[in-house]
Amino acid sequence: MAEAVEVSDLVKVYGELRAVDGIDVRVATGTVFAFLGPNGAGKTTTVEILEGLRRATSGTVRVLGLDPWRDGERLHRRIGVIPQDFRFFEKITAREAIEYYRELFGSRVDAGELLARVELLDKADARFDTLSGGQKQKLGLALALTNEPEVCFLDEPTTGLDPHARRAIWSVVRSLRAEGRTVFLTTHYLEEAELLADRVAVINRGRIIAAGTPREIIDAHGRPTRLKVRADASLAPLLKERLGLDARAANGQVEVDLRDHKDALRVLEAIEGSGLPWDALATETDTLEDVFVRLVGRMDEGTLSSEAPS
Amino acid sequence: MNGRRILADFRVVYRSYTRNPIALFFSLVFPVILVGMFGVIFSATSSTTLTVYAVNDDHGSATSRAFLSALNNTSVVKISLAPVSSGDLAAWLGAHDHPVGLVIPRGFAANYSNGTTTNLTVYIDPQDEASSGAVLGAVQGVVDRFNLLAVCSPPASCAPVVGIRTANVGSPVFRYIDYLIPGLVGFSILTSPMFSLVDISSNYRKEGIFRELSLTPLSRAEWLTARVVWYVLLTFVSAGIMIGLGIYAFGAHVTLSAGLLPFLVVGPFFFVSLGMLCGSVAPTPESAAVIGNIVTFPMMFLSGTFFPVASFPPALRAVADVLPLYYVIDGMNQVMLFANMARAATDLLILVIASVIVFLLAVRTFRWRDE
Ligand SMILES: Nc1ncnc2c1ncn2[C@@H]1O[C@H](COP(=O)(O)OP(=O)(O)OP(=O)(O)O)[C@@H](O)[C@H]1O
Ligand SMILES: [Mg+2]
Repeated sequence: MAEAVEVSDLVKVYGELRAVDGIDVRVATGTVFAFLGPNGAGKTTTVEILEGLRRATSGTVRVLGLDPWRDGERLHRRIGVIPQDFRFFEKITAREAIEYYRELFGSRVDAGELLARVELLDKADARFDTLSGGQKQKLGLALALTNEPEVCFLDEPTTGLDPHARRAIWSVVRSLRAEGRTVFLTTHYLEEAELLADRVAVINRGRIIAAGTPREIIDAHGRPTRLKVRADASLAPLLKERLGLDARAANGQVEVDLRDHKDALRVLEAIEGSGLPWDALATETDTLEDVFVRLVGRMDEGTLSSEAPS
Repeated sequence: MNGRRILADFRVVYRSYTRNPIALFFSLVFPVILVGMFGVIFSATSSTTLTVYAVNDDHGSATSRAFLSALNNTSVVKISLAPVSSGDLAAWLGAHDHPVGLVIPRGFAANYSNGTTTNLTVYIDPQDEASSGAVLGAVQGVVDRFNLLAVCSPPASCAPVVGIRTANVGSPVFRYIDYLIPGLVGFSILTSPMFSLVDISSNYRKEGIFRELSLTPLSRAEWLTARVVWYVLLTFVSAGIMIGLGIYAFGAHVTLSAGLLPFLVVGPFFFVSLGMLCGSVAPTPESAAVIGNIVTFPMMFLSGTFFPVASFPPALRAVADVLPLYYVIDGMNQVMLFANMARAATDLLILVIASVIVFLLAVRTFRWRDE
């Protein structure tokens, strides 16, 4: 089975709202997939349909070749899940929680080892209601791993975590990938998606507006690399005229779009040759975050077609 | 159904419960307080003067009247004439829950004056040592005085002129505390699973804990079974404490037999399922609490918890007939007080059928996930 997750034309309707509006997603076995999108985009709805917790209105969904809604019992033995806003029995300690899941799944994992893996061993004997938000999230991750799942669904596993805790979770995600497991991750953090994911899909208002590797998305939807210098506004028309590049002046700065890295040298020569004073030179490239903000913003303004290439 | 998973879930229930002081208070300490409170109130009232229901067959003789009034003046007992013949007295006493009675036989005065021995009959309830002891002591005291004054010469050669014979009242006699023990055991069988399951079922759903469990191999029937097992064990402990306290601290007379056990199992089974059902049909925890109270409160008072249903007016008795808790308490009454196993078995059968229905409804109604 090459595809761990296969979704086609998935729709979920809540009353009037089309929370998921015809999406296609494929996640290859052994890869990390990041599902990006603003609040209310439809990420949790999609993930919970994949987990068999919600029922799709229409479309086909296969996880490990199974229909999550109908074959939930078989599927649940093979997947691990951290829900968004993970909660557990308040009076039960972290170690007891893992032992409980271990008994339920009949698995053989060692509670201590698993807690060490998510850096929670020091809180092994603390009750759930005394754990901090980040510690609860780590326990959720440990519980999701008790059955040694083939596919892990992590719904915003790092939201609200400090940078250290976030890195701990990232390293677990990387180790899961190294073990050949598939990870389906939803996040608001572009940096996280860029760092961890083999492939990314951006969802907004229930539609996928961009998909591919982070590089592909930036290349397809990002603006060109830009060179910026602090200089007089009159530099902009001059550069435009001499080099035929798109140049703008704003806030005491002049910004030039570069088509390739050789353009940078030509721009610098032209600036120097102009005799105008300049300083504070910098280049700027779109990050996935810039692309994300622009894509979501353009869709919300209605200037972006939802049938974006994928 | 898988035993390993039920056991694992049972451990979670047990730990959650024993680490929650409020839950423990309501299931173990509160019943003790109830028994203690009612026991103190009602054993205090029953320790005042004891009424002896008497039949005087020596129609109006001065000696027999003098005997009764001497007895009446002892301050231990009070004499009241029973409206029945001496032959029916034993049955009448039993039927009216009067533990003591007295018959003065025909010819008492004549025998007394010519020195012939007459035996008075004192009816007692052998289970009720306190009342029996009090009445026998009081009667013996008056008899001794009459014997001293009897015409007899030479005095030393005389056999006592008045003697006492004891007989048992027609059927066992029960006091309030005796009825109260099965009633209060029933009260805790109702309240502790109901309140907790209504709360848990609605809150676990709201917090998403059921959704998390739905992603494990644990089934809804296994989840519910673990709770049933826990509440059965808890009921054994709390019933043991309440019965022990009733017997040793307040002198309750109840028969302990194995016939009690099925009620201590089926009762919690029924109310765990009913609590789950109430919590599951409600859309929110707040409405669950309201539904739970609507279901629980009539049963709390109208099923024979604090007052025997037999003492209710007919309209309320008809209400009790449709309350499941009535069959739990009535069954325990039949076992612990009346030794009426046939009726207990009928009560049990009704409960088993109702429990199976409610359990299946609860398993079907409660949702792990959004359908
Ligand atoms: N059970 C529900 N009933 C009705 N509407 C719902 C339900 N669940 C979600 N929605 C709506 O569907 C849309 C998508 O919600 P969803 O939870 O999937 O978003 P999300 O991408 O996970 O957002 P976030 O980043 O805030 O977690 C939202 O507009 C939300 O209000
Ligand atoms: Mg979400």
